[in-house]
Amino acid sequence: MNIPTTILTLLAGITITLLSLWLGQNNNLLPIAASDNAAGVDSLFNAMLAISVGLFFLVQGLIVIAAIKFRQQPGDESDGPPIHGNIPLEILWTAIPAVLVLGISVYSFEIYNQMGGLDPMDHSAHMKPAAVQVAMQTDAMAGGLLADGTSADPNRPNFAAGVGAKPGQMDPADVTVNVMGLQYAWIFTYPETGSVSGELHIPVGQDVELDITAQDVLHAFWVPQFRLKQDAIPGKTTQLRFVATQPGTYPIVCAELCGSYHGGMRTQVFVHTPEEYEQWKQTQIASGIETEAIAMAPPSDSQSDGEFLEPFAEAMAMDMSPEMMHQMHAGSSHS
Amino acid sequence: MTQTVQENLPGSSPPPAHGHHKPTTWKTYFTFCEDHKVIGIQYLVTSFIFYLIGGALAVGVRAELATPQVDVVSRELYNQLFTVHATVMIFLWIVPAGTGAFGNYLLPLMIGARDMAFPKLNAVAFWMIPPAGILLIGSFLVEAPASGWTSYPPLSLVSGQFGEMCWILSLLILGTSSILGAINFSTTILKMRRPGLQLTQMPLFCWAMLAASALMLISTPVLAGAMILLSFDLIVGTNFFNPAGGGEPVVYQHMFWFYSHPAVYIMILPVFGMISDILPVHARKPIFGYKAIAYSSLAISFLGLIVWAHHMFTSGTPPWLRMFFMVATMIIAVPTGIKVFSWVATIWGGKLRLNSAMLFSMGFVSMFVVGGLSGVMVASVPFDIHVHDTYFIVAHLHYVLFGGSVFGLYAGIYHWYPKMTGRMMSELWGKIHFVLTFIGFNLCFMPMHWLGLQGMPRRVAEYDPQFATVNLICSIGSFILAISTIPFVVNAVWCWVKGEKAPSNPWNAISLEWQTESPPIPTNWEGDPPLITDPYAYGLKPGRKAIGAIRGSDLWAAKP
Repeated sequence: MNIPTTILTLLAGITITLLSLWLGQNNNLLPIAASDNAAGVDSLFNAMLAISVGLFFLVQGLIVIAAIKFRQQPGDESDGPPIHGNIPLEILWTAIPAVLVLGISVYSFEIYNQMGGLDPMDHSAHMKPAAVQVAMQTDAMAGGLLADGTSADPNRPNFAAGVGAKPGQMDPADVTVNVMGLQYAWIFTYPETGSVSGELHIPVGQDVELDITAQDVLHAFWVPQFRLKQDAIPGKTTQLRFVATQPGTYPIVCAELCGSYHGGMRTQVFVHTPEEYEQWKQTQIASGIETEAIAMAPPSDSQSDGEFLEPFAEAMAMDMSPEMMHQMHAGSSHS
Repeated sequence: MTQTVQENLPGSSPPPAHGHHKPTTWKTYFTFCEDHKVIGIQYLVTSFIFYLIGGALAVGVRAELATPQVDVVSRELYNQLFTVHATVMIFLWIVPAGTGAFGNYLLPLMIGARDMAFPKLNAVAFWMIPPAGILLIGSFLVEAPASGWTSYPPLSLVSGQFGEMCWILSLLILGTSSILGAINFSTTILKMRRPGLQLTQMPLFCWAMLAASALMLISTPVLAGAMILLSFDLIVGTNFFNPAGGGEPVVYQHMFWFYSHPAVYIMILPVFGMISDILPVHARKPIFGYKAIAYSSLAISFLGLIVWAHHMFTSGTPPWLRMFFMVATMIIAVPTGIKVFSWVATIWGGKLRLNSAMLFSMGFVSMFVVGGLSGVMVASVPFDIHVHDTYFIVAHLHYVLFGGSVFGLYAGIYHWYPKMTGRMMSELWGKIHFVLTFIGFNLCFMPMHWLGLQGMPRRVAEYDPQFATVNLICSIGSFILAISTIPFVVNAVWCWVKGEKAPSNPWNAISLEWQTESPPIPTNWEGDPPLITDPYAYGLKPGRKAIGAIRGSDLWAAKP
C-alpha cells in the first residue's frame, strides 16, 4: 500500500479525463437530431459536457477526499497548517478556466455562425414577391389588433434576428412558411399554395424559412429535434432558417409562458420526403384550403371562440359558426 | 474605559450606560427596534417564514407535475403557484435573508462598530418587508399574479389586473427596502470600521456585502422604473410595452433583466462571503487566497452588470449583442472558479470538523459547482437556443439558488446560531437535516436537466406523457426536500428555548464577531472592540500558541 501519491493523482487524472471524454461522446442526453443545425449544437454540447464532467469530478473528488482524509481525528484539537495562499497555483486556476471559457466562446461563435445566427438579415434581394404577398396576408390576418405593418415593408423595419441564412448563402429559402402564434395554437400559412394549417408541413433536405410572429402575447416556437427556438413577438417578425434532415414527425412546443393553457399549446411538424411533400401540396391545391382541425385549447378569457378566431375567418375560409367551432374542438381534443 | 471607546468609534452614538438599555426579550422582535442584531434576527425569522410559504407553493407545483395531466390544481392556479413561488423565494427569502439578515447581524460585529450607519433607516427597511409579503401572498384571496416572476408583457397586461398590481406594488416596496439596506451596508463597511481596521483586514463576508450592495444600488432602480411603466400600461392604458399600441415588449425584458440578473449575484455574493468565513473556522486553516477571493467578488459584481441579455437569446436581439453577452457571461466563470478552487484549497489539508455548518458549506461548494458548470453551458448561444425556457434552466437556476444560496444560508444559520441566540443547536438533527436536504434536492433537480434537454418546456401544467416517470421522481425529491425542513425548524425552535447554553466562542473562531458574548450585549462590546488584523490566522506557527489555548486577552493585546 505504498503507492506514491503522485502516481495515484496521475491515475485519478487519467481516469477522470477518460470518463469525461467517454461521457461527452456517449451521453444520449439529447433527442434525435433532425435539422442541419443540430449536429453543430450537439457537438458543442458534448464538448461542454465533457469539460463539465471533468471539472465536476475534480471538485467533488477533492471535497470527498478532504472530508475523509482531513476530518478531525478524535482528541485532536490542533489546527491545520497556516497556508495563506500559493500565487503560482492561483494563477494556474485563473488561467485554466479563462482558457477553457475562451475556447468554448470561440467554438460557440463558430457554431452560431455556421447555423446562420450572424446573418444580418438585411439582404434586400431577400424578399420575394410571393413573400411580400404573404406578409400582407399576415397583416390582414392580424387585422385590427396590430395597427402597424408587421412585415409588409420590403425593408422590414420590424424584422428581428433569429437564425438566418448560413454564411455565403444569399438565395432566398426554398420554402417559406409564415408562422403565427396565438393563445393557444400555431397557425401556419403557406404562400405557395395559399393554404393554412395547424400543423407544419415541410420537405426534407430543402432550405426552409419560418417567418414567425404572434397575435396576442409572446410565444416561442421550439422544435427540440431541430435544436431551434425563437420567440414569437406581436408586432414583429422573427426568422428561423434551417434544413430538416430526417423525415418524420416532431413536436412543436410553445416555450414562452403565454397563459393558462401554455402547456397545451403543442402541435407537430411533418418532415416529408420530396414525393410526400409534393403529394401534400397537391392535396392542398386541390382542396383549396386546408380545413384540418387546429390543435387548440379553448381560450380562457371572456372571448368566445368565434370572436377569438374572427380575424382568421377569412384567411382560413372557415365558417366560424358555433357548430363549426364545436366540431373543431371535438376533432382536436388533446390528450 | 468606556469613555475612550466612545471617542475612538466614528459615527456611533456613545453607548448608553448600563441599565438604560431595555433587555432584549421576545417582545422586542415585534417592535421598531434600531439594534442591528434585533433587525438581523427579524429579517432572518421573517424571511424564513416566507421560505416555508414559498416551499409550500413549490410542493403544490410539484404535486401538479407528478402526472402529465392537469389534475391537482387548475391551470390558472398552477400559473399563480409558480409565479408567487419564485417571487417569494427571491424577493422575500434569499435576498432579505442573505443581505438583510446576515448583513445586518454580522457587519457591525465583524468590523467593530456598535451599530449600522443608519439604524432608523435600517428598521424602516425591515418593516417594509412584512406588508409587501402579506400583499403578495394575500393576493391569493382574490387573484394572484399568474404571468411568471418575469411578468413579461403583453401577457402580464392581460392576465389579471388585480394580481399583477399586487405583484408590482410588492416588488416596488421590496426593491425600496433593498436599496435602503444597501445604502446602510455600504456606508457601514466604508465608514464605520473600528479605527485601524483596513479594508483588506475585514472578513470576506464584508467584501461580498460591499460587492452585493453596489449591485443593489445600481440595478434596483431600473427594476423600479420597469415596474412603474408596467403599472401605467396596466392601469391607465399607456403603451410603453404593449405592441397593440406600438409599444416594445422586448424593452421591458431588457429593463427587467438589467436588475434581475444582478439579483442573482445579490443572492449569491453574501453567501459566497459566508462560506469564505465558515470554511476556515471548521477546517482550522486560513482562507486560501484572501485577496483573490475579495477581488473576485468585485469582479463578479462588475461583470454581473453587463450580462443581462443572456436571458434573451431567443428574444430577437441582434446577433452581435448575443455574442457580446455570451462572452461576458462566460468570463464570470473565471472569478467564480477562483472562489471555488480557493475554497477547496482552504479545506485541503485542514482538520475538518464535520459539523452541520461545515457539511452545508461543503454541500454548497459541490452543488454550486453543478450550477456554475451548467451556467457556462447555457451562456453558449447555440446551446441556449435549444434549452432556453426549458427544465434545463429550471435545474440550472435551482442548483445556483437552492444548492448555492439556500445551502449557504443553512450553513450560516448553523454557524452563527450560537452567537445569535446564545444556545447550541443539536448536531444530530442538523446532520439529519443535511442528509435529507442533500438527497431531496438532488433527486428533485438533477433529473430536470434531462427533461429540458429532451424537450420539456418550463411553466407548463401539463406535459408529454413520455416525461411522466422522471417528473414523478422530481416530485418525490421535492417532497423529501419539504420534509427535510421539519427537523431544522424543530431543532432551531427547540434549541432557542431549551438548547445547551453556548459559550461566547464555541468554534474557537478568530474573527471579531466571536470575541464578545453570545448573544452580544446591545453595544456589542463592553469596552474597546479588539483589533483583529487577520481574521483567518488559523494554524500553528513556530512560537505561537495553539488556537485552542489562546484566550481573548491574547488577541486583544495583539498589536495592529
